[in-house]
Amino acid sequence: MLFGTLADKLQEVFRKLKGKGKLSEKDIDLALREIRLALLEADVNYKVVRDFVNTIRERALGAEVLKSLTPGQQVVKIVHEDLIELMGRKQSKLAPADHPPQAVMLVGLQGSGKTTTAAKLALFLKKGGHNPLLVAADVYRPAAIEQLEVLGKEAGIAVFSRGKDDPVNIGRLALKEAAREGNDYVILDTAGRLHIDAELMAELGNLKARLDPREILLVVDAMTGQDAVNAAGTFHEKLGLTGVILTKLDGDTRGGAALSVKAVTDRPIKFVGVGEKIEAFEPFHPDRMASRILGMGDVLSLIEKAQQVVDVEKSRTLEKKIREQALTLEDFLEQLQQIKQMGPLEDLLGMVPGFHQVGKQLKGLDLGEKQILKIEAVLSSMTLEERQRPGIINSSRKRRISAGSGTTVQDVNRLLKQFDQMKKLLKQANFMDKGRTRKPRGFFPFR
Amino acid sequence: MERFKKGLGKTRLALKSKFNILFGSSELDQDFFDELEEILLSADVGVGATMKIVDSLREQLRLEKIKKRSAARELLKELLTGMLESDHQAVLSLAPSPPTVYLILGVNGVGKTTTIGKIAYRFIREGKKVLLAAGDTFRAAAIEQLEEWSRLTGADLVKHQSGGDPSAVIFDAMNAAVAREADLLICDTAGRLHTKANLLEEVKKIYRVMQKALPGAPHEVLLVLDATTGQNGLSQVKYFQETVPLTGLVLTKLDGTARGGIVVAIKDLTGVPLKLVGVGEKKEDLEVFQATEFVEALLV
Repeated sequence: MLFGTLADKLQEVFRKLKGKGKLSEKDIDLALREIRLALLEADVNYKVVRDFVNTIRERALGAEVLKSLTPGQQVVKIVHEDLIELMGRKQSKLAPADHPPQAVMLVGLQGSGKTTTAAKLALFLKKGGHNPLLVAADVYRPAAIEQLEVLGKEAGIAVFSRGKDDPVNIGRLALKEAAREGNDYVILDTAGRLHIDAELMAELGNLKARLDPREILLVVDAMTGQDAVNAAGTFHEKLGLTGVILTKLDGDTRGGAALSVKAVTDRPIKFVGVGEKIEAFEPFHPDRMASRILGMGDVLSLIEKAQQVVDVEKSRTLEKKIREQALTLEDFLEQLQQIKQMGPLEDLLGMVPGFHQVGKQLKGLDLGEKQILKIEAVLSSMTLEERQRPGIINSSRKRRISAGSGTTVQDVNRLLKQFDQMKKLLKQANFMDKGRTRKPRGFFPFR
Repeated sequence: MERFKKGLGKTRLALKSKFNILFGSSELDQDFFDELEEILLSADVGVGATMKIVDSLREQLRLEKIKKRSAARELLKELLTGMLESDHQAVLSLAPSPPTVYLILGVNGVGKTTTIGKIAYRFIREGKKVLLAAGDTFRAAAIEQLEEWSRLTGADLVKHQSGGDPSAVIFDAMNAAVAREADLLICDTAGRLHTKANLLEEVKKIYRVMQKALPGAPHEVLLVLDATTGQNGLSQVKYFQETVPLTGLVLTKLDGTARGGIVVAIKDLTGVPLKLVGVGEKKEDLEVFQATEFVEALLV
């Protein structure tokens, strides 16, 4: 899970700090040491870490913390603020195509994911009502042109290619074609290159000079380590980047490269690639990412995802059913299918505030996709009547259900029991909600 | 080895000034250890392995009563070499009787296909008959990319349609390798993140199919790792290692400014040895890894 371990570590540090009524310089130094190690393990560049820790130290030793009644909380607040600062304050969008056709250059090291990203960005723009043109300007890597053509076809986006012609020439012709065809954005997939390859870097310089792109975006693999600053620094120095796209964020990388690249180029991260599918591409939200690092969850993203798949009418009915305690297994199955549409469960849970701690407490809880498949199989093997009135499921029915779903009677029993427990929990929640006897135990903002 | 050194040369330049400070004539003090820590961290060696190296060096220096920075250098080199060296001296295993079969794995964009082309070229140069299996049926134009490498090196290629079952391609390729009396079969696979359980299951299936098609195969299961990768490299090796037994690593893109220090941590924690290093985009840009030279080149 992205930033998982870093979040765990930082929260451990914060927990210790928050328990104290008074902080000494020694307490703060100890906490800063932990923060330093956590950031280093997350691949944040060591120089960036040093500056970051020094800034926090200065502020933490300042009056605002020492005079505070809750010094621990203050330190957490400072770390959070500085983390957002380091990652860029607010979301940064792609420059508008005021004077179409407008060139957008994608540049980066080999294997960072430029070709896939080019297609993803084009699809993203198309969905936003634009008319992009993809340009195959990687004339070096074997089959790079074919790859872009296949992806373009898949996304329904025109691809301009002129074989292994000179990239500058290809770019020039592509802009002409775009003017003719009425394309507003012209996205160039350039060849991957090392930042120390003078000849190929000069080629990018020529492309820039001839095409006058409004955007030059550096595509960076989120798994990159300390070298991210060298590569990004040189690309920025030679080309003048306008932004960054972070790829392969769907793995378990802690993604410290994001912080390093932002720090060394001072250019915003505009988009992130979050999967192999061509739709797996999102605008980057620095504030949400900072919250995620600190384990405060990313509720906004979760809600957005839910809104994409949840039928409003259906949720109203469901809410009513929960209030009236009339929830059935049929509703359960429906919910399960909606959740599945929202993406991998593990990613979703990562967005839930405080889940890092909860997850550790629930040892042995298998939240894998396999488990969901199993539950779904059991539910699907029941008749509609059984799902609506689970009470009628006797042992003979259980045997039939388990045989039908390829599970055991124990699996069926477990599911029924869990459903019962869930209903009880909901009942309690209802009660609390009505009576307002207790404050809801939310995790926000700092727990 | 020349090219390998050239690749590391850029790294060397960047490091030279630092190590002159580190290994100059002055006394050993806390600054020395701080500098060493910084150098190792900036090479992606990682917090854990760096602490371990610094601590054992400190201990050894104390035991041997060494007080000069210059004398500390040989000790550090020995220490790093020892951490990287492997008991298995033979670099790439060969089957007792041909065909030898290699399986190449890795996350997206590390350079699997290019590495396959380079390995094929090495063997073809020695007069061996090499067959390639286009097992990446997922990524757009991956098959075409391997096809170009087969033309470039003169290796034969077995392929199916894009979107096909990779196990089936590899099964066919193994039969073809026997029928055509090939010396070596190298199997490409789609890049996959190590966190995708279903894609790791696919690797398991490929591995099972290979074992069934030819007893003793695959003779090498190589995980390709990008030298620019940071601490996530460790996670990659761990997950793939839990899926199928890895026999070695290939470290690619060592011709840039990245130093690939994560392999030190990987070797230390998982025991999976580094076998080959990629130092450029050309077919001959692949070298056999040697711990002494790797460390030497790093510390010049």
